[in-house]
Amino acid sequence: MAEQKASTSIEAVESGLAAQGYIASRQIATAVYLSQQIEKPILVEGPAGVGKTELAKAIAAWSGKKMIRLQCYEGLDEAKALYEWKYAKQLLYTQILKDKLGEVLGGAQTLHEALGQLHDFGDVFFSKEFVEPRPLLQALEQPGGCVLLIDEIDKSDAEFESLLLEILSDFQVTIPELGTVSAITPPTVILTSNSERDLGDALKRRCLHLHIGFPEQRLEERIVESRVPGISQTLRRQMVGFIHEIRSLDLKKLPSVSETIDWARVLVLLQATELDTEIVKDTLNVLLKYEADIEAASPQITTFIAKAARSNVFG
Amino acid sequence: MRENLHRFFRAARGAGVHVSPAESIDAMRAVAQVGVTDRAILRDALLLTLAKSQDEKLALGDCFDLFFSQPEPRQDQPEANNDDTSEDQDQSASSDATSDAGEGQPPEELGPLAQMLLSQDRNAISAAIASASGAASLSDIRYSTQRGIFSSRILDAMGLQRLRDDLDELTATNPALAERLRAALDALREAVRDTVSQGLALYAREEAENLRNEILRNAPLARIERRQVAEMRALIRQIARRLRERYSKPRKRQRRGHLDVRRTLRRNAAWGGIPFLTAWKRKHRDRPKIVALCDVSGSVAQVSDFFLLLIHSLHEVVDDVRSFAFSSHLIEVSDILEKKSPEEAMAEIMSKVGFGSSDYGSSLVDFEKDFMRTLTPQTTVIVLGDARSNNLDPRADILRRVSERSKRLVWLNPEGRLAWGFGDSEMPRYATFCTVVRQCATAQQLERAVSDIVATYQ
Repeated sequence: MAEQKASTSIEAVESGLAAQGYIASRQIATAVYLSQQIEKPILVEGPAGVGKTELAKAIAAWSGKKMIRLQCYEGLDEAKALYEWKYAKQLLYTQILKDKLGEVLGGAQTLHEALGQLHDFGDVFFSKEFVEPRPLLQALEQPGGCVLLIDEIDKSDAEFESLLLEILSDFQVTIPELGTVSAITPPTVILTSNSERDLGDALKRRCLHLHIGFPEQRLEERIVESRVPGISQTLRRQMVGFIHEIRSLDLKKLPSVSETIDWARVLVLLQATELDTEIVKDTLNVLLKYEADIEAASPQITTFIAKAARSNVFG
Repeated sequence: MRENLHRFFRAARGAGVHVSPAESIDAMRAVAQVGVTDRAILRDALLLTLAKSQDEKLALGDCFDLFFSQPEPRQDQPEANNDDTSEDQDQSASSDATSDAGEGQPPEELGPLAQMLLSQDRNAISAAIASASGAASLSDIRYSTQRGIFSSRILDAMGLQRLRDDLDELTATNPALAERLRAALDALREAVRDTVSQGLALYAREEAENLRNEILRNAPLARIERRQVAEMRALIRQIARRLRERYSKPRKRQRRGHLDVRRTLRRNAAWGGIPFLTAWKRKHRDRPKIVALCDVSGSVAQVSDFFLLLIHSLHEVVDDVRSFAFSSHLIEVSDILEKKSPEEAMAEIMSKVGFGSSDYGSSLVDFEKDFMRTLTPQTTVIVLGDARSNNLDPRADILRRVSERSKRLVWLNPEGRLAWGFGDSEMPRYATFCTVVRQCATAQQLERAVSDIVATYQ
């Protein structure tokens, strides 16, 4: 089923994601389509809460693949991301198999011979059985392919980026003791970044670069419509218009799509049918996350509501 | 279209977007997938594959709009083909002549360019200009001084010579028509000039920028003109970014290394060597320590701006940096530099201690009193300043103690060596206690100095 979908066009991507409740702009849909066609990872940048992680989830749900998520943080290394040797198991086995080793070596007449026999068994302990696969290796090993989400790559160290390069360009990884593990089915890779740190050129070159900003008013309305079905059309237009006005302010943290959705849910819960100063004041803390921001926005509320209402008349 | 895409890549490079061969291959593959008929989707696809940051996306978007507002050269426009300067010109002339018969038929014996101009077919003319620009390889244009030569090359490629002959002939036989043709020629010259200017905007930006950057890089920081300050800042930021990329901070990382077999076996001796508990090797790392003292007094105000910017980047590159700013007294500014954006941080520091008259002596006293303890034998101390102390006591003795307590003492002075020791400059006296003294008057010198300092820690 997944194969059929991959070969369809950009509109199919758009509607496919929409069916999962993810309203994608044309740019997003193009990116997803291209990434499937030319088998390249997508690097998604943009402010927090605009749906970067959601995109990966939606793609996974739409293509019916498993999603494997690697959350990045400072100090993340290959032992956590790629694979690790089960040292304790290795040691335990050596100890337990001590007698067995004696048996194997028993036949040897000379030290040289024993050493030779030992060499033959040397690799036993660095074999597949003793590898603990972490998300990246797991993703490569999925027989049906998967969606690999490498979340907040900008939080990881620069060295970790280099580790990713092989996976991102060739969908394979080299484990010194085992050799190269190639993906059975290349995973769809989504990397997200909040631009906390500049990513390396090598990484960027391997990816399609998608920037998701705050959506346009129409698109945001559609997103709210899909996520919060119970909301009335007037209220939806007013609140999205209001949020667009808020975003024009110079705030510490601008409300993003996730806040829009939260706010819509709150308004539905409060059974509001349209915006008024009172209800906005009461629920502004859903939208704005800093006291200073709320103070800055409060005097403008009435103007913004009026503006939002006016723009609806023309829009 | 292939050829056109290659020209677009060149234009993109001109717009400052780095398009490597690998990226152009990706872009080609992407375009092969989405096709070229839908401009909006083509634009998205190119932006996705070529641009690697939001700034690049904006630049590339503009470049795309500018580029595709030009008519495509003739090989891509079969419908424009017969209107062009080619042998099937007779056919086109007759078809054109029938279309605007009211204007009076252009005489058959005229050259193709004259025919085209007189028939006033704008599409044909702009297609001809585009194809002539291709023939004159307009995409090689680099400097604004080349505008003239490219204009005449394009006009020549369009058959200006023949047109001149036609004009001469017509002036004798048909003055009215000659007048019309002359006016049309003027209009054509103008159109070509516009095309060349557009080409310059498309293809030459990078070269011009490189040239300008090169000049800026070597310009004395103190004598940067006001209009250049913004560009200079951008350049310093670029240097800082490069430093950061090269010497990216060894961040907090897992200190756990490989299995420590010896300790593991010893620890598990009680269980007959069966390893229930594992022991791990720990990684050790020399922590770099830098203490930066930055003069922000009036005499070096312009330069200290750039110094602070660079110290700001030091904070991002090196783990343990403490920064101090002073003019007549000294304060610690590490927190400000750590937490704020460069611009905010600089404004705040300048408002706190900036623009005063410098007093190195009392600033050093301040430092000794409060911060001498921060110096360890691993510390590198960097002093950025001109060592002009307004004839006040320089307190070189404190600098000696600073030097004794630290590993290295580096002094970066924005003034040239010739000025050291003259007037109120105390540089020679301070220099005796410094491990390294460098002149640091241009962006390039600044970059080298800081790069050397940071490199010793890698």
